[in-house]
Amino acid sequence: MRKYVLRRLLIATSSLFLASLVVFSLPRMIPGDVVQLMLEERAYGKDLEDLRAKLGLNRPIYVQYFDWAGRVVQGKLGESLWTKRPVLEELGRRLPVSLKLGFLALLFSVSIALPIGILAAIRQDSPADYVARSLAIVGLSVPGFWIATMVILLPSLWWNWSPPIQFTEFSVDPWAHVSQFIIPAFILGIASSAAIMRLTRAQLLEVLRQDYVRTAWAKGVRESAVVVKHSLKNALIPVITVLGIQIAQILGGTVIFETIFGLPGMGRFLFDAINQRDYPVIQGVNLVIVSVVVLMNLAVDACYAYLDPRIRY
Amino acid sequence: MANHVETLATPSTQADVPRQTAAGAPRLRAIWRFCRQKPLGALGGVIVLVMIVMAVFAPWIAHYTYDETIRGARMKPPSAQFWMGSDNLGRDIWSRVVYGARISVTVGFCAVLIANVLAAGVGITSGYLGGKYDLCVQRVVDAWQSFPFLVVILSIMAVLGTGLLNIILALGFFGAANASRVVRGATVSVAQNVYIEAARALGAGHVRIMVRHILPNVAPTIIVWATIGLGAFILAESALSFLGFGVPPPYPSWGGMLSGSGRSFFSQAPWMAIYPGLAISLAVFGFNMLGDALRDVLDPRLRGAAGSRMR
Repeated sequence: MRKYVLRRLLIATSSLFLASLVVFSLPRMIPGDVVQLMLEERAYGKDLEDLRAKLGLNRPIYVQYFDWAGRVVQGKLGESLWTKRPVLEELGRRLPVSLKLGFLALLFSVSIALPIGILAAIRQDSPADYVARSLAIVGLSVPGFWIATMVILLPSLWWNWSPPIQFTEFSVDPWAHVSQFIIPAFILGIASSAAIMRLTRAQLLEVLRQDYVRTAWAKGVRESAVVVKHSLKNALIPVITVLGIQIAQILGGTVIFETIFGLPGMGRFLFDAINQRDYPVIQGVNLVIVSVVVLMNLAVDACYAYLDPRIRY
Repeated sequence: MANHVETLATPSTQADVPRQTAAGAPRLRAIWRFCRQKPLGALGGVIVLVMIVMAVFAPWIAHYTYDETIRGARMKPPSAQFWMGSDNLGRDIWSRVVYGARISVTVGFCAVLIANVLAAGVGITSGYLGGKYDLCVQRVVDAWQSFPFLVVILSIMAVLGTGLLNIILALGFFGAANASRVVRGATVSVAQNVYIEAARALGAGHVRIMVRHILPNVAPTIIVWATIGLGAFILAESALSFLGFGVPPPYPSWGGMLSGSGRSFFSQAPWMAIYPGLAISLAVFGFNMLGDALRDVLDPRLRGAAGSRMR
């Protein structure tokens, strides 16, 4: 198992290195006229040469990469071209907001998906199964930003009430702080729960057709024990792996939901930076998000090895 | 995006296609059988067809052009004249929704084409050639997958600028990562078949084996992924348009109709928000249902197994 985890660690490192190349390349892909535009519209530098120097574009490419990577390792992500504040400092304030939103969304997602997925599998082709599967497809089809728009719009029309879209700090009002995350996290969790539910159902169905499950039935084991004790653990192993992918999707979704619900998190920071063409911020946020995703996938892989005794490379 | 596609069975998926062709079953009869076996999938197919017809024949189906301002028709509720009401600039929402299908269809189909060609190229070579090449390519795919879709596309759009072509290229390129994994998995299974060994023994080169023997046999996997992927691409395009990175106004895109200055009028004219959202949901629902049904038909493992049912 140690060998397996070490192997995954190596893969994670190589992924991080390759992803860092992409992040590093971002400002270098800007067409020349855009740098000119940044200078004219936003006055990000004294002249073209100054701005190219700020973006680190005026030296050989490998020197630029190692210089940039060296600074990143030391925690120096540069300064925002727009606010002139260090990117790391800004991320330190915003990352917890996104993590809270992401964690709650994942919690909602799993708590909706698992019971429904299990029910749909053990009652395959029953009305409950059809309802669950149709709901999952609807969950995958309806855009989250539209649900969010409706959640803000309809209650305001019907009851003159709308969810809070002004951010409240925990120190000011703890309950208001927590409650403002609930609606966006729930909506963000819906699409993710649909994918997890479908996988749970498919995996459980496959496990329920195994010989050892038939043996358990033949021995007269109760249904709950067959499902929970014999089948679920094996069925959930791939589901846990998919959670890693869902984390990436949820982190991506924070861009939309933080923007709609006025949460000052990393997603909104990225969205604002993209609108301002603030490349050091875009690079910083991308790097943090990719690192979180790679680390989460590594943790998921480690869990996978722990849960599945067949993995002993 | 394609989590659920990863469960595709690969060695046996190709079995049905040649059998059907060999039997010479008329295509219409096969479609009729599909409709009877998978009514929800057929419903998805009808939705997809309606959407394509709307996109192609938009000028004939829409009552007005997408940017035509009708005098005295500002924020009119749905009626016989304005089926979906009118917006804050006095434009017919039904007409804009019809024209909006063009963006969704164009982006969806073009992005899926790029993604699938890329995925097939990367997945088949990686799965067939194996070894160090596979190891290196898969590490690149790992990195490719570690970027959340929306984050990386938005970042690319910030670099390249907005516009239809840039959206298609960004979605197609970054959407290919998941598909390439699925295609690689299918290729690894297909490559173990005896007929591949036979082709090699007959002196067929790697390129010939990949193009003539592997590609046709992983095609069902690619088709299913493409159908489900289309829905995901339409959703992604609408999200990008919603965030203001889509096709610039006044050309309507469904996501774009839910954002911008019109947002402040939603409380006075809620139909401005309801219908474009419904259009996106219905379109994606159609592709998802069709893709699911196709997968069930093409993957024998997922066909109903009454004998193994619990109750």
